[in-house]
Amino acid sequence: MNTHATESATAGSTLVAAPTIRYYAPGGVLFEIEGRIGDSVMETGVKNGVPGIVAECGGACSCATCHVYVDEASLELVGAPDDLEDDMLEGTASERLPNSRLSCQLRIQADFNGFTVHVAPEQI
Amino acid sequence: MTDQRRPSPGTLIVGASQSGVQVAVTMRELGYSDPITIVGAENQLPYQLPPLSKAFLSGTADEESLELRTAAFYADKGIRLVLGEQVGEIRFDGTAGEAVTDAGRVLSFDLLALTVGAAARRLALPGVELSGVGYLRNMADARRLQADLATAESVAVIGGGFIGLEAAAAARSFGKNVTVLETADRLIARAVAPEVSEFYRAAHERRGTTVRLGMSVTGLVGSNGRVTGVALEDGEVVAAEVVLIGIGVVPRLEIAEQLGLECQGGIVVDEFARTSLPGVVAAGDCAVMPNPLTGEGRVRLESMQNAVDQAKVAAATLVGQPAKYHAVPWFWSDQGNLKLQIAGLSTGYDQIVLRGDQQAEKFSVLYYRAGHLLAIDSVNGVPDYMTVRRALAQGGQIPAGLAADSSVPLKSIVVSAAPAAGVLA
Repeated sequence: MNTHATESATAGSTLVAAPTIRYYAPGGVLFEIEGRIGDSVMETGVKNGVPGIVAECGGACSCATCHVYVDEASLELVGAPDDLEDDMLEGTASERLPNSRLSCQLRIQADFNGFTVHVAPEQI
Repeated sequence: MTDQRRPSPGTLIVGASQSGVQVAVTMRELGYSDPITIVGAENQLPYQLPPLSKAFLSGTADEESLELRTAAFYADKGIRLVLGEQVGEIRFDGTAGEAVTDAGRVLSFDLLALTVGAAARRLALPGVELSGVGYLRNMADARRLQADLATAESVAVIGGGFIGLEAAAAARSFGKNVTVLETADRLIARAVAPEVSEFYRAAHERRGTTVRLGMSVTGLVGSNGRVTGVALEDGEVVAAEVVLIGIGVVPRLEIAEQLGLECQGGIVVDEFARTSLPGVVAAGDCAVMPNPLTGEGRVRLESMQNAVDQAKVAAATLVGQPAKYHAVPWFWSDQGNLKLQIAGLSTGYDQIVLRGDQQAEKFSVLYYRAGHLLAIDSVNGVPDYMTVRRALAQGGQIPAGLAADSSVPLKSIVVSAAPAAGVLA
């Protein structure tokens, strides 16, 4: 079928213009939002009203209130936090885990389609 | 019964600011279902202010990334934006009100939030009208400054406060010749201790910026309508093709005064963000409130934290679920690779404790009054900052006598708040 061929072509494409980011809000509700390459995972979530991301400092890595747990499958896309973020993560309200990140420090890249985070239950 | 009720005209929020958007968002979160309208003078979606002198000026953030919410978000939440218009006349009798914008639009309301912010304090000196001279308060200012910087070699900043120093650091990072001119004998004098001021003077000088303290400006000089320099009281002229004036802000009070609200260096509000007129709240840079930590005296806080937290308090008041403002004030300033983080309010301190290494550009200053911890300024010292912020929020203390030993993490010497009566620790 024609439609099937079209879907395959899309799925086989390596470049996704607007990667979809997946957020599980505290409580488990899933938000799927088209991100803009270069924006942070925090900005994209806040602007679109994902609950639970407080982001008091607006993305300056100064408050530790945009804490997320990055899904195992997505972890390899982002690597480890730098020293500043590492220090900030020591002050998160919810427990810090090996997959903890501040979402303001996660920049959306072209290959982020399906990038999945779980918003930490407590931010302040 | 609800269908018998006369429909409410809803809430009018004057000022499409960080506070204005937060009032609207929080009211919806708290279940408010009547109309909400935000009026803003600028013809663009509401955006964050702090990055304008930092990431935006440095080119690491663009306009779209600074927007507070998407257009779809406002539509989805039933928050109507009236942009590119300013409220002129306004009246309110405590139950019904009406505002008219400069475009002649009439907006009715029964609840009102003033989130009008503050305007850059103007410098009244000859030559301020020359092109290349400007302020940095909104996106238009930032765009103009960015464009001016692209072609300039020399930049002068009048005023050694946060905005001026942040912009100076950004300009210096582009390789410009930068001179900061400050009338006072130290930088950021209103906000930090002399030791921190001196650190910043030396740090900016190390990076190649010239800092001149105790220096009064007498005017700006130019040719063909463009600025060429800043004239000083001793007759010297500092060459500059771009001049940024950053000498503080003045709260916008016109609308509050029209309504007859009590104003004293800002719109006076209580700990519930209530103004002197029932049904009217104010939040953010335009409001003066009781000190949220001590309750003594009034403070006007120019910070994103206050803009957001006070707006939440204001929203709760408007929907009839009042909750006292209790947030610990905090603030940050990124100047190049120097991250200053401040928690608490140091006003009235009688002792400071230094920890860390100023030479290594990694240190903290803790402020005390009568032995009680008031605040911290931390430069590239996130763990200290986070510890103090948390201690202040929880009523904890950090003994001054122990804090100076940098080999001991502050975290390990926090004394928790006294347990409630009858509870043994």
